[in-house]
Amino acid sequence: MTKKTVSGSQAVILSLLEEGVDTIFGYPGGAIMPIYDALYDHDKNVKHILTRHEQGAVHAAEGYARVTGKAGVCFATSGPGATNLITGIADAMIDSTPLVCITGQVASPLLGTDAFQESDVVGISMPVTKWNYQITTPEEIPEAIAQAFYIAQTGRPGPVLLDITKDAQFGALDFEYKKCRKIRSYVPEPQIDPFKVKEAADIIDEAKKPLVLFGQGVIIAQAEEELKALVEKTGTPAAWTLLGLSALPTDHPLNVGMLGMHGNYGPNLLTNEADVIIAVGMRFDDRVTGKVTAYAGNAKIIHLEIDPSEINKIKNATVAVLGNAKKTLKMLTDNVKQNRHDDWLARFRECDKIENEKIIHKDLFPEKPGLTMGEVIRIAGDKTSHEAILVTDVGQHQMVASRYFKFRQPRSNVTSGGLGTMGFGLPASMGAQLGAPDRTVIAVIGDGGFQMTIQELGTIAQNKLPVKIIILNNNFLGMVRQWQQLFFEKRYSFTELQNPDFIAIGKGFGIEGHKVEVREDLETGIQKMIDHPGPYLLEVVIEKEDNVFPMVPTGASVSEIMLEP
Amino acid sequence: MKQEYIITVYSENHIGLLTRITIVFTRRKVNIESLTVSESAIQGVYKFTIVIKSTRELVIKIVGQIEKQIDVLKAFYHTNEEMIYQEIALYKVPTEALFENDTIEQVVRNSGARILEITREYTVIEKTGHKKETQALFNELNKIKVMQFIRSGRVALTRDPIERLSEFLKERDSLLESLD
Repeated sequence: MTKKTVSGSQAVILSLLEEGVDTIFGYPGGAIMPIYDALYDHDKNVKHILTRHEQGAVHAAEGYARVTGKAGVCFATSGPGATNLITGIADAMIDSTPLVCITGQVASPLLGTDAFQESDVVGISMPVTKWNYQITTPEEIPEAIAQAFYIAQTGRPGPVLLDITKDAQFGALDFEYKKCRKIRSYVPEPQIDPFKVKEAADIIDEAKKPLVLFGQGVIIAQAEEELKALVEKTGTPAAWTLLGLSALPTDHPLNVGMLGMHGNYGPNLLTNEADVIIAVGMRFDDRVTGKVTAYAGNAKIIHLEIDPSEINKIKNATVAVLGNAKKTLKMLTDNVKQNRHDDWLARFRECDKIENEKIIHKDLFPEKPGLTMGEVIRIAGDKTSHEAILVTDVGQHQMVASRYFKFRQPRSNVTSGGLGTMGFGLPASMGAQLGAPDRTVIAVIGDGGFQMTIQELGTIAQNKLPVKIIILNNNFLGMVRQWQQLFFEKRYSFTELQNPDFIAIGKGFGIEGHKVEVREDLETGIQKMIDHPGPYLLEVVIEKEDNVFPMVPTGASVSEIMLEP
Repeated sequence: MKQEYIITVYSENHIGLLTRITIVFTRRKVNIESLTVSESAIQGVYKFTIVIKSTRELVIKIVGQIEKQIDVLKAFYHTNEEMIYQEIALYKVPTEALFENDTIEQVVRNSGARILEITREYTVIEKTGHKKETQALFNELNKIKVMQFIRSGRVALTRDPIERLSEFLKERDSLLESLD
């Protein structure tokens, strides 16, 4: 490649193009103006989405990253622009989402002088980034960007932040781009120990009641087929974490449902009966384990994981197989014997029957007049043949949607898991739609979370993103209200909302919508939403006291899962 | 059970890495008892020696989290028994006191300390040793008067005959070559 002299800000854009970036989410401001000026010449090569708030940009970048597997890219200016990214960066950190965030910074002579819109964003973002770096000279730009993409996208992915001073953007350099292939102090994938694989295989072959727990690691490694091969060969029931959802089709005969606080009855209850647990790309989050000391006590734990620091962090592994799940799953499958566990699987199905009678049927086919979240999700799933991308916000609707939407394709579920970021859903749906333009994107959002990033309706309208937004409106911060009902003696402290006319607001932004208040109107309402060519806002008024069950109360064991209050 | 652990971290020399490392402790509310950072025998590789009081379980997790930082090459943890370690202490005492009685002289002789500088007003004494020893000397000298006192962070070597870092770097280099 021949060198050419360009400005630092041009080098930023050229470097992003070298990395194959096609979409940038951002918001301009003083300290990043040179980069925006350079972007002006490249509008044919890269799409820039102007959000209405930097938090919208970062969540949109997360949505994009989750459906594509590529790093989401966002721009923000210094000071408040940069600090507004922090929630999304923290969200991406805990959910292992690759992001490259580029922030403008005051000129280097002004650093540390409390200059206008100066904030120490490198310092602020340190605990919530996989890596970050401040660039103060133009020459550093190509290499730092190359490292940023390499670090964000390899190993256990995560967010990276580059802070570029204004003088580095204005300065000149001889531009030459080389993709980063290695960093001495960073080994993205641990080497696989074949003896550990063999040891794990021997334990699996001996198991009478094995259970696979799979997380997002499977999706990140694109190991969905390898996971399926392992569970099918060993006949092992497989349960998913919230972020592992869609790695195995919901209707697969060995898929036994969701783990955790609002997961399914069978996988929670029977975790404590399993004799071998094969944990793949999951990290034993407290929402999955409940009380750890009363979790999976009868089981030998086989942990397939790419991040060595996750091993024995929460739950000690009998055998830890470090490495990329795509490779370790394949090696494990090659080493295990063909097996079946029909009686054990039947136990899960018995639990399903109980859960269906006590909860699921009533949620999905309610007889009482009030609408339930479950029936809305059921119809939305059915009407999109379970091929849509589901984006959810955080709260009751998130749990209900994850439980009932059903998936056939991987990379179809976008949600904020670890951080539980209300306000994630609407902007993430924009990124998901841009990352998967040919797929239907349904954003299911509560009335509380929707109002945290409601301004992104403007971005959706301006860019004509055909996102289908369903607001499940119970006029309450429902999850908190549920906890207040169950654990705080119905003292509903500041959880009731006086909501605006959402449909009128949507119309104000130029987005079509419809409000559903009765069951007779629900199916046609959802159909109309799906058939509508552009963005659409469907508000569904939900029974106020609709609760999410089953539930593992905080501090209880997974086997103490409650089916009713 | 909590006890003293020495964590050694080998890293690239990058700005901000110290903060990244201390965040790992802060987040778990672990206090750093002492911290020393300097260039190691390998040019460009920096070595942190961090002393904490912790349980074994926690120190393992902390080391895992430190090693996860991109710019960290390798982190180890050791008990005090597994390492040879020293701290250095400097004591400034009034020179007059040296002439008035021979206590200081006796103390210095018996404790293996040495004198760095003598002026009309003050004398600076240096002693290396474990904290217990440097503290004992402080207590003795302070019976007369210590005008100023400072103790360094810890420096430590493993009792292991092999230099683990060079082994590690050799392995890492061949691993990186295999990636090409």
